[in-house]
Amino acid sequence: MSKMHTTRRTVLRKGAILSLSAPFLSLGSGAAAQALTPTTTMRGGSNNYRPGAPIVERIGGGGFWMTGTVRRASDGAPLAGQRIQIWAHTTEGHERDAHSHGATLTDAQGVYRMEMPQIVPAFGQAHGHLAYDSGDYQTVFLRPLMASPTQTSLSADFVLVEA
Amino acid sequence: MSAGAKWSVLLVCLAVPIALSLTSPLLQWRDMIYIISALAGVIAMSSILLQAVAMTGLLPLDQARARRVHRFGGMSLCALVVVHVGGLWLTSPPDVIDALTFKSPTPFAPWGVVAMWAVLGSALIAVLRSRTLLRWRAWRRAHLVFASVIVVGTIVHAVLILGTMEPVSKYGLSVLVFAAFALAVRRSLCRHGV
Repeated sequence: MSKMHTTRRTVLRKGAILSLSAPFLSLGSGAAAQALTPTTTMRGGSNNYRPGAPIVERIGGGGFWMTGTVRRASDGAPLAGQRIQIWAHTTEGHERDAHSHGATLTDAQGVYRMEMPQIVPAFGQAHGHLAYDSGDYQTVFLRPLMASPTQTSLSADFVLVEA
Repeated sequence: MSAGAKWSVLLVCLAVPIALSLTSPLLQWRDMIYIISALAGVIAMSSILLQAVAMTGLLPLDQARARRVHRFGGMSLCALVVVHVGGLWLTSPPDVIDALTFKSPTPFAPWGVVAMWAVLGSALIAVLRSRTLLRWRAWRRAHLVFASVIVVGTIVHAVLILGTMEPVSKYGLSVLVFAAFALAVRRSLCRHGV
């Protein structure tokens, strides 16, 4: 199990590096188009999922940022207007609570940013949940971990495969 | 050390990790069922210390009384494990189903689940022995195996969790549980062989 743990962290680190570098990479440049490894669903990613979370300005009172990018696996193109659903155990509620869930859309650069209440450790780990479940591409559920519970942001990137 | 001092030291060692877990900042963001189920887990770990210490011969108790304490502790441990897992189930059913089926993404989950089965296994063989369906030597070997799994599984489970236990008291309790268990096993092996 500890091996898997390491692997997932490594994946997360890579994800963090990717999303950190994303603003400088100019995702839209067609000349650099190349296939990317699709993001696979993480274990436990769909736990306490409530399909159809409403698109909201922010979840609850905010103060914490969930960010990331959404791209197409076949050519790496950023995907605009994609609906990403987000939920977590926060200072304002349990994962199962409807008010802990919300959705947002990616911008023209394929970037999404959602403000939400501070995520707090639950079931032994400080973690968030994200879903791409809109049908055009294959469904992906993510469950990224926070390196420290005092972090005030978390990032998770999606590389989607056409359905 | 006087009898009173021994009991006091044991009581402090059992109570401090429980008391400190009740001061965790995480509690303010949890509902009552989740708080109770996590607390049951902490009390269960403390009761494992009581279980081991009762079998070390260090307590001012004769053998029959020490056994009675151990039996009471064992029954309490079973009840606490049921409350712990049941309460977590009510809090988040999919997370508990993942843990019980060894599909959880959390590395501590399988250690806790294996320890849970060892607790229930200990209870089962205790019942079999009381109905003389299991001979003493076979029971004792199985009990020692289950006890080892419970001790190691519980310590790893607790250490890997980012939860309500205060870290220093968590590591302290882990060391004490392991040390008391090692002493109890050594005493048992010296008295009865393998």
